[in-house]
Amino acid sequence: MIVITVNGKQEELPESTSITDLLIKYGVKPETVVVELNYEIPERQSWADIKLVNEDHLEIVKFIGGG
Amino acid sequence: MYSQELTDNNMLRYTRQLVLDGFGPEGQNKLKMAKVLIVGAGGLGSPASIYLAAAGVGTIGIVDYDTVSYSNLNRQIAYSTEDIGRYKTDCSEKQLTRLNPDIEIIKHSLKLSADNVREILVAYDVIIDATDNFPTRYLVSDTAYFLKKPVIEGAVAGYDGILMTIIPDKTPCYRCLYPTPPEDIALNSTEETGVLGMLPGIIGTMQALEAVKLIIGIGQTVSGRIITFDAISSSFRDISWKRRKDCPLCGKK
Repeated sequence: MIVITVNGKQEELPESTSITDLLIKYGVKPETVVVELNYEIPERQSWADIKLVNEDHLEIVKFIGGG
Repeated sequence: MYSQELTDNNMLRYTRQLVLDGFGPEGQNKLKMAKVLIVGAGGLGSPASIYLAAAGVGTIGIVDYDTVSYSNLNRQIAYSTEDIGRYKTDCSEKQLTRLNPDIEIIKHSLKLSADNVREILVAYDVIIDATDNFPTRYLVSDTAYFLKKPVIEGAVAGYDGILMTIIPDKTPCYRCLYPTPPEDIALNSTEETGVLGMLPGIIGTMQALEAVKLIIGIGQTVSGRIITFDAISSSFRDISWKRRKDCPLCGKK
């Protein structure tokens, strides 16, 4: 198992969980969010290939555009 | 100096902010000289415009082509039931000049488009993006980037709010956050997601606060970071956000 921080909260996950796996686990539709991994912004196309590792820091930010 | 021109009434009107650290007559004068454009006179634009008028921002421009409808009134607090069917710009002007007769309201009762956006934005110092859709947000933030004007982005959907202040070439831009629009462009209309009035009240008020701080030059604005607000858990998150090297707008490539 690995422990990472998602939106400020500690989360325990199986090894080789990808960003896409995590979003699915959270019930988040990938097309409705943007993510930041360790203060860098990975391309959306690479989310399925990026495996999260211990102590990663992930921020998930929704598309919010209403007013 | 304006400080000598402050009338007794205005000394009283602004007395609670004049005594603040970093404010004083100089700060008040900066507000009087400032021109702020509010794009969208809805749930965000209502509180933003009211607070900026109350604070004494000398010129407030308002862009909106719409009229007031009943479904606006749970959140668009600049309007009353008697305003139904009237232009939001006209109603805002009436409400804001009643609150503060010393300020000027400039009405832009039109739909913002690629053809008119530049000539409207160019006349202002600070842009508050309070629109209700992604295409207009990209139009406003892209144009402001090329004009090198600061933009205060605020948005709401459902119980979620977001806020960021963009200083061109210094902070991440709107496309560093959202490089391209979401696939489902209607994803965020409040018609679809619903909205409780206090949420745009909070975010729109924070946009006005950002504008005042930018104009006076005090404190830290929400630049280089993003604030999100979850109204259901009543929690804010403050997220550091970097410029995207390959940003389609401000990136170096």
